[in-house]
Amino acid sequence: MRSDPIVGVSVPRKEGRDKVTGQARYIDDMVLPDMLFGATVRSQIPRGRIKKITFGPGITWDEFVVVSAKDIPGKNCIALIVDDQPCLADGIVNHPEEPILLLAHPDRHVLPKAVAAVSIEYDPLPAVFTIEESECHSEIIWGADNTFKTYLVEKGDVDQVWGKADYIVEGEYQTGAQEQLYIENNGVIAAFDPEQGVTLWGSLQCPYYVHKALMTLCDLPADKVRVVQMETGGAFGGKEEYPSMIAGHAALLAIKFRRPVKIVYDRMEDMAATTKRHPSRTRHRTAVSRDGKILGGEIELTIDGGAYSTLSAVVLSRATIHAGGPYCWPNIRIRAKAVATNAPPHGAFRGFGAPQSIFAMERHMDRIARMLNLSPIEVRRRNFLKPGQMTTTEQTVREPINLNQLLDRALELSAYRSKRERFSKENVIGTTRKGMGVAAFLHGAGFTGSGERYLASVVGVEGCADGSVRVLVSSTEFGQGTNTVLCQIAAEALGLPYDSVQIAQPDTNQVPNSGPTVASRTAMVVGKLVQSAALGIQQTLTGCGMLGDAYAPEEFRAACQNYVAVHGPFRSWARYEAPRDVFWDDEKYRGEAYAAFAWAVYVAEVTVDLTTYSVSVNDFVALQEVGKVLHPVLATGQIVGGVAQGIGFALYEKVIWQNGRMQNNQMTNYIMPTSADLPSIRVFFEEMGNVHGAFGAKGIGELPMDGPAPAIVNAIEDALGISFDSIPLLPEDIFEAVSAKSLLEHRPHPTGGVR
Amino acid sequence: MITPSGNRAKCELSVTVNGELKTVRAHPMERLLDVLRQQLGLTGAKEGCGEGECGSCSVLMDGALVNSCLIPVLQARGASIVTIEGVAEGPRLHELQQTFLECGGAQCGICTPGMILAAAHLLYKRPAPTVEEIREGLSGNLCRCTGYMQIFEAVAEAARRNATT
Repeated sequence: MRSDPIVGVSVPRKEGRDKVTGQARYIDDMVLPDMLFGATVRSQIPRGRIKKITFGPGITWDEFVVVSAKDIPGKNCIALIVDDQPCLADGIVNHPEEPILLLAHPDRHVLPKAVAAVSIEYDPLPAVFTIEESECHSEIIWGADNTFKTYLVEKGDVDQVWGKADYIVEGEYQTGAQEQLYIENNGVIAAFDPEQGVTLWGSLQCPYYVHKALMTLCDLPADKVRVVQMETGGAFGGKEEYPSMIAGHAALLAIKFRRPVKIVYDRMEDMAATTKRHPSRTRHRTAVSRDGKILGGEIELTIDGGAYSTLSAVVLSRATIHAGGPYCWPNIRIRAKAVATNAPPHGAFRGFGAPQSIFAMERHMDRIARMLNLSPIEVRRRNFLKPGQMTTTEQTVREPINLNQLLDRALELSAYRSKRERFSKENVIGTTRKGMGVAAFLHGAGFTGSGERYLASVVGVEGCADGSVRVLVSSTEFGQGTNTVLCQIAAEALGLPYDSVQIAQPDTNQVPNSGPTVASRTAMVVGKLVQSAALGIQQTLTGCGMLGDAYAPEEFRAACQNYVAVHGPFRSWARYEAPRDVFWDDEKYRGEAYAAFAWAVYVAEVTVDLTTYSVSVNDFVALQEVGKVLHPVLATGQIVGGVAQGIGFALYEKVIWQNGRMQNNQMTNYIMPTSADLPSIRVFFEEMGNVHGAFGAKGIGELPMDGPAPAIVNAIEDALGISFDSIPLLPEDIFEAVSAKSLLEHRPHPTGGVR
Repeated sequence: MITPSGNRAKCELSVTVNGELKTVRAHPMERLLDVLRQQLGLTGAKEGCGEGECGSCSVLMDGALVNSCLIPVLQARGASIVTIEGVAEGPRLHELQQTFLECGGAQCGICTPGMILAAAHLLYKRPAPTVEEIREGLSGNLCRCTGYMQIFEAVAEAARRNATT
């Protein structure tokens, strides 16, 4: 057998050569014969009844295919969790940019003019645009009370802690919407054949989500819907649920006209109409002892879900479970809710609710430190979770994590103490102020609670006729390295060279449902299943005597060829089974929330320019414990990329809303970090061991999104002595606060007080 | 029955693409990007924003780095264009393609063709760039996946290899 390890080594990315040579095929690179192009007529108002639709002059309408809600063969909804979101508005619209009609034409260039020539008259209805407007119920826009979902987490008895507290610290924290801003916009091609049904090719994360949505929408059985993932140019959650919508649209046009239809959004449509990170508001009220121990607290967490429920309940779940951070809360009550507003639905984006609630938690830790006159480091240290203690959902920490050790190393790597000391001396003169900020956090890997059990993912590994091995999963590659890591795992399990393992293109006709590619679950959960399925191949070959216990790769190849020649197709399957000791109570929201957590301490160094009020991040240390690092280059790339998005979340990326519609839906006015904006992002790993994932790996993809924003805003507070509790934090916000600082200093502290 | 509408006036023009002389018929204001992708089948250049902000449609035109989504094709008449498809020499990858692969410079890959052309343009002007020069040189090309660090490493490594060969 091959002796040198493959796992832990930075092997070449499977599809890398195609990507660097421009040969990789994305959806807009694909053309089918007789293909039409589709476009979407969308609502111009946030809420109202559609009175009349007029097809205006100047357009040769008989050249167009037009589809409305009446053309839908099945149920007019995007099947996901609750079927409340129509595929095409039927009589009523609930947000700007809601799809109403579809047009198709052979020449893509004539479509924008035709879309503009459709005029729609509405009876407008009152709309709500903020969490506050939604929760005061002056207008009910969804269900009985504008509420998609609530959760209540209770541990201990928080009501009895207030009398025992030396300090009660309160704070309110807000985060804004954030656009995923994958560089490849959403796009699909649909084709229809009465015999074969609908085939859909697209830029997407979750082939089986689209499969389910198309079955419901088109009223087709499972075997008459086929979904194929093309090379996908970034996703970050933005292609988790939305592709079901655009796929539905293309499918409806293709069914009506019996020709393939391509819909690819341009940037402005993609930004205005598709999902963003949920805006959030989190309130903390914490009882603390004089020596900085958290005695208990209440957290009230609210996210804005937009007009339809989509994934809000699940995003809220992750936000809720992460709201207490990596700390031990003897007593806690978390009340969480997702509310409706008349904006396009907010959706999945890397971190999935955790970046919002962790921003609040980690800003609040600094607020506690300030109030107690302790260092931010000490307050964290005194409250860190330790093995054997319980999280807010009463999950016992079984991993051998040592957060103090992680913190110490991060402080050393960032030269935190010496820099802070130097800055405190230097900050009195000149036109710049420098500061250091820390964030400590955790991120659960895999689906929340009983999610993985319900998913019951299946993975296949195939021994091919030529003796090579192929991984069969619906888990998708969109930059993070799925193809590479899953092939590494199979090769390692089989003792074969990396090159003798390939991965199938995700195609629902060819691969089993290994679950959606979300929730930092691929390497850990799917990877583990790939490892078992691969071992099934090996055991079959050894069991039937075609292969000895120790073998050379050539012997494996020959045995595999032999097996296929004798017995035909050779596939081994593995299905997820929940570990026996995992307990989760969906009613009480209590138990083992995640099979494993990744843990991290991030440190930011910032400079605030008092002339321009701009913030630059000068150094960023990202230290994490993610179990076994399967591929150092890919893992580092995940962390750096996530930190860059986190820096954008904190300092650059502001969605400007007007009546529920994004106003700055262009790359010229929605600003993401460029190569000239980012600091050196220095990535370090600790490996403390975990038994759950393949070869000890844990989830990694979302973790780096959680820490940068609070670390940076904590550093800004360190530099200026001003507390900021809302992101994105732009120069104009800092200007306003600095101008008001002297005034503020002569008032009592705005929140909380000494008891 | 559907037929393409409008009989838009097209012109014939020649342009050298990856060393080959091509003649195309196109509307004068058609974007170079569309002509490359749709008429010449060179789909390596991508459209990310359509307004010259993201750089994923970058190509070299007479040695200059341009956003092909902003170039009316008439402006490219007689020019020499290099796209990502013309960077490798046969099966042998260009040094930058190799280092992008090794250093993790490509993740989802959608910005990669433009980024590699921007990097090639930078190394042509500055064979041994500083990190600051790399940052500046690539700042017209957006990447949402990598946070750029591994791209910087790839460019620096390619420069080192070029210097020693």
